[in-house]
Amino acid sequence: MVGGEDARAGERGDELSRLGIERWLERYGKKELLRILTCGSVDDGKSTLIGRLLHDSAGVFEDQLAALKKDTSRFGTTGEDIDYALLMDGLQAEREQGITIDVAYRYFSTPKRKFIVADTPGHEQYTRNMATGASTSDLAIILIDARKGVLPQTRRHAFICSLLGIRHVIVAINKMDLVEYSESVFESIRSDCGEFLAKLAIADVAFTPICARKGENVVFGSDNMPWYKGGPILDRLESAYIASDQNLVDLRLPVQLVLRPNLDYRGFAGTLASGVLRVGDEVAVLPSGRKSRVKSITSGGTECEEAFAPMAIAITLEDEIDASRGDVFVRPNNAPVLDNALDAMVVWMNEAPLTPGRQYLLKTLTLTTPATVVDLRYRMNIETLRSEPAAELGLNAIGRVRLECVRAPAVDAYSVNRKTGAFILIDRLTNATVAAGMVVERATVEEAVEGRRRAHDAATNVRVPRIDRSRVFGQVPFVVWLTGLPRSGKSTIAERLEKELFAAGKRVIVLDGESLRRGVSSDLGFSTADRAEQGRRTAELARMLSDQGLIVVVATVSPTAAIRERAREIVTSERFVEVFCDAPLAVCEARDTDRLFARARAGEIANVTGVDQPFEAPTAPAARLATTKQDVTEHMKALFTVFAARGFVVR
Amino acid sequence: MNSSTLTHLEALEAESIHVMREVVAEFSKPVMLFSIGKDSMAMLRVAQKAFAPGKLPFPLLHVNTTFKFKEMITFRDQIARELGFELIEWINQDGVALGINPFDHGTQRHTHIMKTEALKQALDHYGFDAAFGGARRDEEKSRSKERVFSFRDRFHQWDPKNQRPELWNLYNGRVAKGESIRVFPLSNWTELDVWLYTHVEKIPLVPLYFAKERPVVERNGALIMVDDERLPLLKGEKSRMRKIRFRTLGCYPLTGGVESDADTVPKVIEEMLRSRSSERQGRVIDYDEAGSMEEKKREGYF
Ligand SMILES: Nc1nc2c(ncn2[C@@H]2O[C@H](COP(=O)(O)OP(=O)(O)O)[C@@H](O)[C@H]2O)c(=O)[nH]1
Repeated sequence: MVGGEDARAGERGDELSRLGIERWLERYGKKELLRILTCGSVDDGKSTLIGRLLHDSAGVFEDQLAALKKDTSRFGTTGEDIDYALLMDGLQAEREQGITIDVAYRYFSTPKRKFIVADTPGHEQYTRNMATGASTSDLAIILIDARKGVLPQTRRHAFICSLLGIRHVIVAINKMDLVEYSESVFESIRSDCGEFLAKLAIADVAFTPICARKGENVVFGSDNMPWYKGGPILDRLESAYIASDQNLVDLRLPVQLVLRPNLDYRGFAGTLASGVLRVGDEVAVLPSGRKSRVKSITSGGTECEEAFAPMAIAITLEDEIDASRGDVFVRPNNAPVLDNALDAMVVWMNEAPLTPGRQYLLKTLTLTTPATVVDLRYRMNIETLRSEPAAELGLNAIGRVRLECVRAPAVDAYSVNRKTGAFILIDRLTNATVAAGMVVERATVEEAVEGRRRAHDAATNVRVPRIDRSRVFGQVPFVVWLTGLPRSGKSTIAERLEKELFAAGKRVIVLDGESLRRGVSSDLGFSTADRAEQGRRTAELARMLSDQGLIVVVATVSPTAAIRERAREIVTSERFVEVFCDAPLAVCEARDTDRLFARARAGEIANVTGVDQPFEAPTAPAARLATTKQDVTEHMKALFTVFAARGFVVR
Repeated sequence: MNSSTLTHLEALEAESIHVMREVVAEFSKPVMLFSIGKDSMAMLRVAQKAFAPGKLPFPLLHVNTTFKFKEMITFRDQIARELGFELIEWINQDGVALGINPFDHGTQRHTHIMKTEALKQALDHYGFDAAFGGARRDEEKSRSKERVFSFRDRFHQWDPKNQRPELWNLYNGRVAKGESIRVFPLSNWTELDVWLYTHVEKIPLVPLYFAKERPVVERNGALIMVDDERLPLLKGEKSRMRKIRFRTLGCYPLTGGVESDADTVPKVIEEMLRSRSSERQGRVIDYDEAGSMEEKKREGYF
């Protein structure tokens, strides 16, 4: 055992003595919450890992440990050692069979974060249970047995994580003690994983070699693996950056309940699915499209000026407009697709198979509506991760369907919004929850434009017929937003992208920041306010052009997160592809052909990003191009992979 | 703008509010089970916030086994008066007629008749189709797999094989006539979370949670408070004054206290952080075989 397993508990005690309880409460009473999913095959050591996390971070209480010792002699498989896996089991019948078959939730906390662990079994019902656990998780730990390396189920687990929208993955390579703590074993597994993980577009992947049984690299480090410098799993759990995972751009407030305690108060209560809402904001309610302004926001009975997802709030409006459960408040210029038909990936969770033609109840946000499966496009073979034709979907199968809903639900693509893109299907006879669904982007231009138009009409209450040019163009319009320091390579990338898209038969237009400044924005300078206005104009142009069916490539510094968020809001998240041209300032300065930086350094000009104005690097761009190397072809490859994943362009 | 993140308590509270509102929106006759303990008090505070500025849209139900601590009953009535919610007290009159008590009939039968059966009687009598409970998943191993919406058949039975998968925050609240759900809005809270919330929100609690000199006898290693004359003293037993508090509250003969000096919420939290002993230790009811809680749950006990 790695020394001092009570160290963490001790630390906590010391911290407490040092600060005193009142200050301790002030400091540590406000942690962040992180939800974790653990996945692994039977015997990979998953339960042991969680047991270790709980125990070594001092979440297991003494009397539970006493009970555990009793249990170990009854059910344990570890002989004399305490079997940490037994901490994880819940239901007696399962225990007697020596397996877990459901999702169990576990809790532990450190001074930095509270963790909720969804523990899902490695076999049988794995797809259903994993999907359940993954639906609420921010981060997944995928276990691999160091002796076995990458197995088909590793791919399966990673696929389900990405399908359910998990953005952070830790691949824990376990049982390192059995491979003599070999760095080369670790490295070869890491490179095997790298390939398919890249295809799944999971943004943040880390690899950690561990020995769960002895607790090495779980909470504490390991003397046996001095070659590994990445820190134990707990450190990664404490530092995973999840703040930007929450969609704070697209306002979606589903009405859960209308509160009418007296004649003077009519509040719409609901949990913000995404976005930020302030008093005074203009909102539209879907599906009616009626507009009003927010008069008050209360959270937990207290009035506040601003609320953000996932707060549970109640709002009142300036005007008496009708809204009831199932309706959704949005911003008038940023509404989701309102369409009776929707395309989705579904995970089937019931013994009775999904069959096309059957009607179910669909619940999304607070709306429940009858919905008929009109088409089963394909089933995903999750061994090969290829799609195949299918007549039905059985238990644990994943497939793509089209549903026709009686009431049009206000949904977004799941890839853009994990709250408003999710739904469940309920069997009308048994009331069982039979499927989990994730809305996918419209496949064809007609659908996209049609849906957008209806949503737009509903939100603004105007009905302007528009010529559907994109139908003629035969492409899905979208906006590539290139951001980066001056001379970071944006124009180069934009030019090349234009060439390649054009060569692929696409209608594309480039909006370059510098050329816009010569015309559209010739009245603007480089102050913060002027830059924001420049960003807004560019975004509005991009939106208009993409509304006409064009693919738009924007190359502009857009130095602040606020400018880019505003652009995303105008363009709409669904169409917006943020690309970060990431070159260090020194590199950009070295490319200073027109002496932009030199003059700024000499004080001849002011407001140059990187010199006397800050550049806020995007925290979660759709793509990050390291534009220090002259490999534009590689950059193109990366971009087209992103486009394909979003369903925009397939080369 | 992206600094907008909730603390873990705020996130838990928001989640619980969401659950409560879903139930009120989708069920015709909900009720909140009110055990007077700290979890019930936290749940009550969350409920007040969920429906503010209005009153609670459901009554509170207290199943009285007639062996609750006296201070619990006093506190219950005082809180009900101050907050103005509708309180229903239910006592199993059949049990009372039979003179059921934990001393002559054993803890198991007493609990079954005065608590499990009594609860079913009350739910049937009023026709409640959803009942909020303050149970948490961290309390005990078998609870870790419990759903937030826990489905019960016509006979209030819980079938561990037949629970619905719960994804995202999309709860399936559809039940057939006669069927019902138990709802656990505090599922994801831990004991420490409840205490932190009590502290932050300044929630009043029954004084029994705080250390004070109390008359106790020691039995099988548990400190049992002599709350009234009904507690039969065994041979050689004498009640002594000891400074104790309770980590969990139930029937006084079945609830063990712990020696303590903690007489404020922060001090209780401090003791909890320093000790490593989980709260159910004080509950005599759990000292059966592993898995016993699960059997009780199948029968309809929470
Ligand atoms: N070495 C290297 N140079 C690059 C890369 N991308 C762009 N450049 C060069 O950097 C210079 C500035 O690029 P430009 O597109 O004008 O930058 P922008 O005006 O900030 O968008 C040009 O000379 C490019 O050839 C890259 O990936 N590696």
